[in-house]
Amino acid sequence: MSGGGIRPATTFTKAARLALQNSTLRQNLGFATRTICAKRESAVAEIPNWQELRTLGAGIKDEALSNLNELLVQLEQKITEAGGTVHWARTAEEAVEIVASIAKRHEVQEVIKVKSITSDEIELNQGLTHDNIIAIETDLAELICQLADDSPSHILVPAIHKNRDEIRELFERKLGSTFDSSEPKLLAEAARIYLREKFLTSKMAVSGANYAVAETGTVCIVESEGNGRMCLTLPEVLVSIMGIEKVLPLWEDVSAFLRLLPRSSTAERMNPYTSMWTGVTPGDGPQEFHLILLDNGRSDILADATGRQTLRCIRCSACLNVCPVYQRVGGHAYGSVYPGPIGAILTPQLLQMADVNANTLPFASTLCGACYEACPVKINIPEILIYLREKTEKSTAESFGFQTVYRVMSNPRLFGLVLKNTRLGASVASTFGLLKPWTNSRELPDIPKESFREWWRNREQ
Amino acid sequence: MNSKEAILAKIQAAQVPHFRANRPQRKELPASLDAFCERVADYRAKLHSVTEDQLLPTIQSLVNGRRCLVPLGLGFTIQGAQEDKPFSHRELAEFDVTVTLCAVGIEETGTIILDGSEGQGRRALSLIPDHHICIVRESQVVASIEEAIQRITPTRPLTFISGPSATSDIELVRVEGVHGPRRLDVLLVSHT
Repeated sequence: MSGGGIRPATTFTKAARLALQNSTLRQNLGFATRTICAKRESAVAEIPNWQELRTLGAGIKDEALSNLNELLVQLEQKITEAGGTVHWARTAEEAVEIVASIAKRHEVQEVIKVKSITSDEIELNQGLTHDNIIAIETDLAELICQLADDSPSHILVPAIHKNRDEIRELFERKLGSTFDSSEPKLLAEAARIYLREKFLTSKMAVSGANYAVAETGTVCIVESEGNGRMCLTLPEVLVSIMGIEKVLPLWEDVSAFLRLLPRSSTAERMNPYTSMWTGVTPGDGPQEFHLILLDNGRSDILADATGRQTLRCIRCSACLNVCPVYQRVGGHAYGSVYPGPIGAILTPQLLQMADVNANTLPFASTLCGACYEACPVKINIPEILIYLREKTEKSTAESFGFQTVYRVMSNPRLFGLVLKNTRLGASVASTFGLLKPWTNSRELPDIPKESFREWWRNREQ
Repeated sequence: MNSKEAILAKIQAAQVPHFRANRPQRKELPASLDAFCERVADYRAKLHSVTEDQLLPTIQSLVNGRRCLVPLGLGFTIQGAQEDKPFSHRELAEFDVTVTLCAVGIEETGTIILDGSEGQGRRALSLIPDHHICIVRESQVVASIEEAIQRITPTRPLTFISGPSATSDIELVRVEGVHGPRRLDVLLVSHT
């Protein structure tokens, strides 16, 4: 199932435990994240005023979020003037319905797709099957996931969990290709041949959007393989789905993001291809263009003064690669198309903090702060993680525990008494298995012979 | 209430305080052609520095008698090349190589921008054939992304090209050429 929505099937703790048992996955991930992190650092170091640029990126996003109504209306007007159509979708279901109705109107049974996490968020591929419409992924990694009936595990490198031999076997089985070796070059060639026919014959394409400029009505997609250009250029009909938070106020704002995104994401000076278009151009590219503006929980996040900065995200995936938790458990453990630190704050908020499994995601962090430092639009992820932890419902045992600690620590005599008996208490507790939730994954520290307060008293004598 | 009104009402109700980004003053810097060339080559595109006189012979040798496609308004004739009629996509796929002009080159990133005006053709032209030869005049190279954004017209169909198409989707091994042209030659033409 390429495109798995945002509702985790289980808690993060359970999913993470399972993921940690897969040593191949950990090896692949460790190698990939280390490589990207090192490359990213040198790409960022080339920009002398990177910190100012981050501030500018965050500022432009905040400006857009503070003026979202006007900008969205302006964007709609500009695109309409340029011959395009703008649709508004409150929910995932509405967005899928709009795509399906456009496909039906053109009697299309198959659409080609540019990789889009937003379309995965709304489970578009699955939704379209109800109308007997097949969505074909054209990004190499997404194609691999789709053929393997597997879900993406990384925003940027969705098939990071599969090695070349697994992919070769998959292509032989599903595409009928034959190979002399598992060389990535040969595997990519097989995908090129298979998809070339689709590009030349498909009537309709579906894409996401990296941003759209309100001032001009220009929509932008950045990519590497050229499958994006194929989808955006060759079919007669193009439908792009974009979260409402992706709008930029001014044309000049494009430059800040063209500098921030590739360096943070693929660690390149610039990604191979960036396409921008405004409505419809006679004689060049699709002659029918639709932009779907998707809310799906975003306006709820906007209403939360602390959580709001989550909407600055430009989906670069820098926070995934630097995260010590993501590096070990991988994307699938987050149970959502948005993995890693950004997923840990975005997923539960998109679900209005009402999904029990998603609410375990803010705990999937050591709060080390590496994500905040790497974020090109300065989203203070640790701050939001703590904020969201406070919002989740505490278990009875946890509240009882904290209340007890509060009582003990606010009474000096009681505190002294408890400290004195810690050694005894710990051994009793471990006999009864009470410390198991803690000692399962951690060592119980050695308990010193005397407490600090005792030592201080004895020292004066 | 339709979906548009409902979404706008929810955004209104969110009451986000007004915020204004502090955008820096634009400054124009002289572009370094050497840096541009280096960065184009970094993407494993082939860069050729040529004079106006060397341009046509260089193109002829790169085309090397293969089926060559050119857009309208290229400004000179390449022997044996065919102008876009326009051809169907299927017909475009029969060509081996496309020769186009460009709108802007960016020193900072080694990027070339096509905007579909004279001599650049519609987007499919520089996409479907497997080899793209792109002509950049020295005066078209600007120092930064900002200057390029300022120079181009947003409402034209824009393609930013930074090297040949590539993927690192399999074990992070870089493979040049997936769907876009697998070979890119950039011809930087000097003024003299």
